[in-house]
Amino acid sequence: MTSDRLRIPASLDARAKIEHLAKKTIAMARREVDPYVDIPSRTLSNVTFSKRKKIIEMGDATQRRSLFNLNQARKYMQTLLVARGCTQLLDERKTTSIRDLYYMSKHTLADGKENTFEGQEESDPIIEDLEVTLGALREELHLFAAKRGSVVGPLTLVDAGDVIDLSRMGSGGWSVPGIVEPETIRFVGHGAKFILLVEKEAVWARLNEDKFWKRHDCILVTGQGQPPRGVRRLLYRMVHELKLPLYVFVDNDPWGYYIHSVVKQGSIGLAFESKRMAVPKARFIGLSSFDPGAYDLSEDVSIRLNDQDRSRAKEILNYEWFKAKAWQREIRNMLSAGVKWELEALSSKGLSFVTEEFLPKKIAERDWL
Amino acid sequence: MAKRVTAETLSRRQREISVSEFFAKNRHLLGFDSLRKALLTTVKEAVDNSLDACEEAGILPEIWVELEAAEGGNRYVVRVTDNGPGIVRAQAPRIFGQLLYGSKFHSLKQSRGQQGIGISAAAMYGQLTTGKPVSVVSRTGPGSPAYAMQVVIDTNTNKPKAVGRKKLDDWDLDHGTRVELELEAQYLKGRQSVEEFLHQVAVANPHATLHYRDPRGEEAHYVRGVESNPVAPREIKPHPHGVELGVLMKMLQSTEHATIGQCLSRDFSRVSPQMAVGLAKRAGIDPKARPHTVVRKAADKLYQALNDASTRIRPPSTDCLSPIGVQELLAGLTRGIRAEFYAVETRRPAVYRGNPFQVEVGMAWGGDLPADDLAKVLRFANRVPLQYLAGSCCITKAVMDVSWRNYGLTQSRGALPSGPLIVLVHLASVWVPFSSESKVAVADYDEIRKEIKLAVQTCGRRLGRYVKRKARARSEARRREVFNLYIEEVVSSVEAITGKNQKLFRERLLAISRKKTELAGMLEEQDGAADEMEASENVLVVDPDAERLPPPVPAEAERDPGSQLELA
Repeated sequence: MTSDRLRIPASLDARAKIEHLAKKTIAMARREVDPYVDIPSRTLSNVTFSKRKKIIEMGDATQRRSLFNLNQARKYMQTLLVARGCTQLLDERKTTSIRDLYYMSKHTLADGKENTFEGQEESDPIIEDLEVTLGALREELHLFAAKRGSVVGPLTLVDAGDVIDLSRMGSGGWSVPGIVEPETIRFVGHGAKFILLVEKEAVWARLNEDKFWKRHDCILVTGQGQPPRGVRRLLYRMVHELKLPLYVFVDNDPWGYYIHSVVKQGSIGLAFESKRMAVPKARFIGLSSFDPGAYDLSEDVSIRLNDQDRSRAKEILNYEWFKAKAWQREIRNMLSAGVKWELEALSSKGLSFVTEEFLPKKIAERDWL
Repeated sequence: MAKRVTAETLSRRQREISVSEFFAKNRHLLGFDSLRKALLTTVKEAVDNSLDACEEAGILPEIWVELEAAEGGNRYVVRVTDNGPGIVRAQAPRIFGQLLYGSKFHSLKQSRGQQGIGISAAAMYGQLTTGKPVSVVSRTGPGSPAYAMQVVIDTNTNKPKAVGRKKLDDWDLDHGTRVELELEAQYLKGRQSVEEFLHQVAVANPHATLHYRDPRGEEAHYVRGVESNPVAPREIKPHPHGVELGVLMKMLQSTEHATIGQCLSRDFSRVSPQMAVGLAKRAGIDPKARPHTVVRKAADKLYQALNDASTRIRPPSTDCLSPIGVQELLAGLTRGIRAEFYAVETRRPAVYRGNPFQVEVGMAWGGDLPADDLAKVLRFANRVPLQYLAGSCCITKAVMDVSWRNYGLTQSRGALPSGPLIVLVHLASVWVPFSSESKVAVADYDEIRKEIKLAVQTCGRRLGRYVKRKARARSEARRREVFNLYIEEVVSSVEAITGKNQKLFRERLLAISRKKTELAGMLEEQDGAADEMEASENVLVVDPDAERLPPPVPAEAERDPGSQLELA
């Protein structure tokens, strides 16, 4: 098969893999074959949920991207431009942000009208395409995303040679770098009983101010929405290396559910990373669609579901990894209630309700999914 | 009580109606109903005569048309000179001074002269409006001297009178005729102008060289594009299906033949002696009877027998027609119209009501033609441009009938297509059916309309193929542009990754790109595209960017010095 011919040996390092790709391209032109790259599909149809491993895995389907197809030519060119940019980083032994790579690769084409990339939103997916095509992670290509996410708690680690005590990080916390591989980050010691991932930064700040982590001996993490890869990888390492349970605390809406599921089983787009990021033991601690009733939250602080929320909820109801009865019940309950709840809604019961009553009770009662 | 007028008085008055009165009352029939049209009709009659005369004599026509403003306002001098066979001196007064003289009305032969009432009408119009008689100069050959005369028309008797006859010792032409007359007229450019007429004459008569000078002194020259005259049309006898009852009776009265049978088989085409006998018997007439003894009633029966569906008479022979011809039409189109694509179709002759006719269609597309206007239809009958009443003409209707969208053009319902297109339709016939006495539009016969439509469709398909291929070539060219743009990025990326110059890689990618967008090559090599498109003599593709065709005004050296007559 032609796609086999292009398969890049896994034994090679990232630099050699890129070179391999370039040489295959030259060979295709020599054989008068339209040059193409077969890119593993990062779509729902090409992921499977492994019931045994409890993570989302990528299938074998690929999408061909050819130079001589008007619909694909631009992306084909961009794939090689990104490969070229990575080569430069690797050769110069430098690491940079994916935003930097966008600027490195962006220029105006010879016609003076078109740019190689019109925005970072164009180059980011191409980087992911290249990762899966080469079987080389972003880190191996010397790239990282803009850092996002903060941590506080009874944990000491070494970050690029600096020893950092995460219990002494003030109100802002330690910001999680884009790359958290052992070469950069090493754990030194901790006094925590669990990890709490909070979707909302504002709620994380509330918990930090109340020193929730001190009273309950936990590592408090936020990914500011959908956690970036650095945060997910850090959670994975903490769970595995520090042997701590992970609780996920998100808004009660389809997006919150999905954030939890990405942490737990991995994402569709980055299914190839699941095995080194997904934490199947992660627990959904709230907000559950049953919590408002159990904790007597006022209807005043609920928000009506909009059409987008409903269709997204129905979508995830069909995901293999949401098929568990408890999840179906959870999501259907939200749909039938017709409302969603943000984490901040808990503050209607008093500013420290979440730290003094809600979370301690949930944890004590093991009220999670 | 009004006084009773006796028949005698009436008849006396009737006799007093002069030709000039007849003319004044029938101006519109004769093409002199407006000052502007008078000028055009005059030029048209003179040019038609010149062309017919040259062709009959086997001379390649060269014609000079000059317009000059004359004193008195709204007065112009029209001067038309040709290199034709000249006119015998004794005949000149009647040709130019007697209405209906030498009329070709009763001849069944394809000729231009069928259209108008003749140059004598123009001469009379000139004389009536300015009082000045027509001037003629003519010479029949190098052996005889040229003569000049003025022909005065006696408007009471319709009799010409030659005055001021003289020999000219020195005239520029070895043979030819010049007619000059002054008339009340209006000169305007644009549609239905003399310029437009001559331009169209040039297109339909590629064997003629035309020179023109307008009242402002501006000149236009059309050098002939083919070096032979059209094949002279043969005269044929009437076909039974095309003859009306009155004409039939007249033919029976005036035949030279002794019996009905002989008259039918010899005065008509496609009637054999046996068939003649059968027809006479069917009409209850003795085939041996003398033709002039046949009464109206019997003639009517004969007429019905001739036109009866069960009477199978072969269609008339069609070798009496003289189409312009494929190569000739292309030559005419290219010398008159700057386009990019030309297609021509000559249909086989067909018959309507016993009259042979033949349709030719030419198309010119692209190039300098206005892209957003409605297509222009150039109508010709026996090579003569039809410039009026386009809307009611069978030709226009047939062109509108065609679904132009099939050929990649836009067309509103019931309208001409729009686009850079000129459609030329030529109807050649021994008897062109005009829709009105003014002879400017073709009557709507199903057979004629169908033939025109078929020819237009044939050309349209060729045009459609070209237009679509061109559109595809354009999109292919865009694709190639994109591919080649990206190839540079791909090559420089691969060079950076491999650390090597990838000249060969680049060449190979460009080669694949060329192959993938082969059609784009059409834009670069027009000739190649035409070859590929259709190995056909009916199509001509001109590279729009290459050296233009010879412009209408040629360089001085290109004119034939032998027959050169300086515009006076």
